[in-house]
Amino acid sequence: MSVETLFALTACALVGIGLYGLIAQPHPLRKLVAFNIMGSGVFVLFGALAKRGAAAGLAADPVPQALLITAIVVAFAATAVTVALLLRLIESTDSASLAEPPAKD
Amino acid sequence: MTTIASGVVVLLLLWLALWTVVARDAFLAVAGFVVYGLLLALVWVRLAGIDVALTEAAIGGGLTGALLLGAVGRLRGTEAATAAEGAGAGTRALAALLALGVTGALVLGVLMLPEPAPTLAPLAVPALPATGVGNPITGVLLAFRALDTLLEAIVLVIALIGVWSFAPDRAWGGRPGPLYRADPQGILAYLARVLPPLGIVIGIYLFWAGADHPGGKFQSATILAAMWMLVQMAGLADTPRTDNRALRFGIVIGPLVFIAVGVLGLFTAGAFLGYPEGWAKPLILVIEVALLPTLAIVLALLMNGPPARPWASAGAPGAGPLPGRHAIASRDRPTRSSDEGGT
Repeated sequence: MSVETLFALTACALVGIGLYGLIAQPHPLRKLVAFNIMGSGVFVLFGALAKRGAAAGLAADPVPQALLITAIVVAFAATAVTVALLLRLIESTDSASLAEPPAKD
Repeated sequence: MTTIASGVVVLLLLWLALWTVVARDAFLAVAGFVVYGLLLALVWVRLAGIDVALTEAAIGGGLTGALLLGAVGRLRGTEAATAAEGAGAGTRALAALLALGVTGALVLGVLMLPEPAPTLAPLAVPALPATGVGNPITGVLLAFRALDTLLEAIVLVIALIGVWSFAPDRAWGGRPGPLYRADPQGILAYLARVLPPLGIVIGIYLFWAGADHPGGKFQSATILAAMWMLVQMAGLADTPRTDNRALRFGIVIGPLVFIAVGVLGLFTAGAFLGYPEGWAKPLILVIEVALLPTLAIVLALLMNGPPARPWASAGAPGAGPLPGRHAIASRDRPTRSSDEGGT
């Protein structure tokens, strides 16, 4: 099996693992970590496709690789916004619960 | 030999991913995620993406890991309460089934990929000499797909506005995060004095080398941001006031210059973000030099979080969120020097 196929299949498993954690873990921070795992799976799959596109003397297709750099930076920015949102949630409600709050009246 | 190495990396990667998802508490999960990010950098090396590997190690593992570790520290008390809300066995089974289904569909897709693989490399390589840069990835980022890079820089600024908008009204324009205090004779303060000069040189080298070798402004900006964070955490400098004009100028300078060069292209090359013949390299350099401070500042400020400390206790709580208002009466210098004198 070639390196790119091996990593492409690994990426598929990473997406599945992340998706499971996103649903099964109740704490928002755990969901965020799981979502990042899922995202990294998508990145690795894309990177494996870039490796398959090796041509013209390059070891990999540079276009998807450049987009991956963009993607990693944007994923970090989104994670930072989510962490800030989460900390604000805890600051204002003293809880990280995502469950429906009990009706107050 | 290389296959065995790849196999070991794959097994470790899958094990760590599972570990972070099922680990007992959030700290273990985040610790696993940091290691996972570093391992992922190895995957990128094996996939011939050195530039991506540098970005992953710096941002994916480093910055994201540090951000999540910081969050874990402040979330400790909330874990037990949410544990009770855990999904039931039925939901877990369904989630596992769904995850298996998605993985299965993706595997089918991978196995049915077209042969030979589609690639843009034969188009990119002959056009590269016209841009004057030797690293094809830099060429893609700043010439062939410059629009993506421009939008990305704007996304970073918008993300920062998003983070800042979580500030309570009274803290608007103030300094983000806690005031770090560390032993001024301790190892952290020592490192924060010794490492930044080296880090700044390495960061600028990566930036400059990015034209022809792996590296570039993102990796460079991350190192510069990390050096700034180090100085902050050692208590040698406070986080910046978010209503500082110079800081805000630094945040927007990159996208503004990028857009200006893009509009210039409309007149000189007939297309937005087009470069006139022979001017590609200097214009790319102008954009990169303008983007570097923006990226470094924004990455560090995203790590810092929303403004949390009002700069003056005298201000009425809930003062209007007008960014300029506090700046007028501010006396930044005296406050800072007294801060530094106190540590």
